[in-house]
Amino acid sequence: MPFVSPDDFAKQKIAAIQDYSILSWQAISAIFSRPRYWADIYTQMDSIGVGSMPIVVLTGFFTGCVLALQSATSLKAFGAVSMTGNLVALSMVKELGPVLTGLMVSGRNASGMASEIGSMRVTEQIDAMRALGTDPVRKLVTPRLYATIFMLFFLTIVADAVGIAGGALVSVALLGLNASSYFNNSYRALEYADIVQGLTKPLFSAFIIATVGCYFGMSTKGGTQGVGRSTTQAVVVSSVFIIIVDFIVSRAMIGIFGR
Amino acid sequence: MAENSRTSDVSQPKQPPKQEPVVVFDNVSIAFDLKPVLNNISFTVARGETRIILGPAGGGKSVLMKLVNGLLRPDSGKILVFGEEITSMRERDLFQLRARIGMVFQESALFDSLSVEDNVAYRLHEEHVPEDEAHVRVVEALRFVELEQAIQKFPSELSGGMRRRVSIARAIISRPDLILYDSPTGGLDPITSTTIIELVMKQRDVSHTTSLMITHRLQDSFTLAMNHFNPDTGKMEPIPGGGVDETTKFLVLNEGKVVFDGTTHELVTSTDPWLRDYLS
Repeated sequence: MPFVSPDDFAKQKIAAIQDYSILSWQAISAIFSRPRYWADIYTQMDSIGVGSMPIVVLTGFFTGCVLALQSATSLKAFGAVSMTGNLVALSMVKELGPVLTGLMVSGRNASGMASEIGSMRVTEQIDAMRALGTDPVRKLVTPRLYATIFMLFFLTIVADAVGIAGGALVSVALLGLNASSYFNNSYRALEYADIVQGLTKPLFSAFIIATVGCYFGMSTKGGTQGVGRSTTQAVVVSSVFIIIVDFIVSRAMIGIFGR
Repeated sequence: MAENSRTSDVSQPKQPPKQEPVVVFDNVSIAFDLKPVLNNISFTVARGETRIILGPAGGGKSVLMKLVNGLLRPDSGKILVFGEEITSMRERDLFQLRARIGMVFQESALFDSLSVEDNVAYRLHEEHVPEDEAHVRVVEALRFVELEQAIQKFPSELSGGMRRRVSIARAIISRPDLILYDSPTGGLDPITSTTIIELVMKQRDVSHTTSLMITHRLQDSFTLAMNHFNPDTGKMEPIPGGGVDETTKFLVLNEGKVVFDGTTHELVTSTDPWLRDYLS
């Protein structure tokens, strides 16, 4: 790899942030003017939302299971095994549901977006689209952005639900807790602020997944090797951003709601 | 499919006066990563003219083609297409201008996920042309490139030459006023190359469309200059008496500069040592 001077490196990074910001703004604002590609939005909803359902259900379910199993060991020391439902519900809804769903969808879809758009870039299909009078941001990025935001919200709800169900299964089958008591504790543990916090996070995660995936796709250079590089970068950057933004949103929500 | 489009602007294009050139480059320069690719390029392409762009690989020919279509913007200089300056034009306005320009890319650039029919009809779908009319026009365009039988196929099922022909069909379906061919015969065998050149010639002699064509094959460029398409026989024929097509002109680039701009006769009689060496 050639040596890059610190000022060139800084300039490259600032230019990348500028390009990313411009792309994100264009993608957001495109929905407010014509033409709008509704068919592409529905196709992406199916691909991103329905297509990610199996991994989200499996991840959510087994996270709930293991959470119940691990927390029961600690709670036992305090004679509070009956509180397992509270712990699973709070952890899933506030933190693990949104973050794990974001990371799983990022692994599946940010990579898919970067590789698909990146392949189109290196084979001049993006230029062909522009030459045929179509704005590639409007046609490719905007549908992916809005489809991800809409579907990740519901995928997170599904992950939360199956996580609590997984916790219930372990609590009842392995820990010998009463199912009714588990669900009652889970329900009582959750407050409005927890739900708002848990459902705000996927909106940010979805924005990161779609914009980062599309940005790396659109800026792909260097043939098939470049497509591979973009795909890897998209997953790494979007995953790290999701966790950082999760922390920021959590802190903001605690500041607003006090929990 | 787009909810709305720019058909009203596209269907009633502003026609430049007959004598006004279709493409004007005025001292155009562009550099990538501080490396100059085109340096003070100036030339004009008249209405109905076919301009063949020759030159060694890496000389900036494809960049020049993308500049004509507004896909790239120059660092300095002016570019006028249909009398409108495109160097400072907004991307949104460029989309309207591009509705009058057809482009054939070096590697065809067909959309992998769409069938041949959807690829060729792409622009018509964007303009909300009714499906029946779009189908008729796709068949007509595919008949022009003699590929009607491939209408239901996908790009991955086509050979390189067939893809190039589909790309030509996609470029001509909207009956553009200007066609840009970026190495349409690149990487093809001689027989398939001749088929493609025949299609370019057919478009030139039947529709009289202004065009720019990049080629690395001198043989293709001279075939184009010294033959014409006979609509009665459906084949190309040598121009009688060893003549040349007056509407076909040459532009030769080397290291980002214009080294020749003129007619076929001027090219073959040039005394420039580099040009003579290149042509030999």
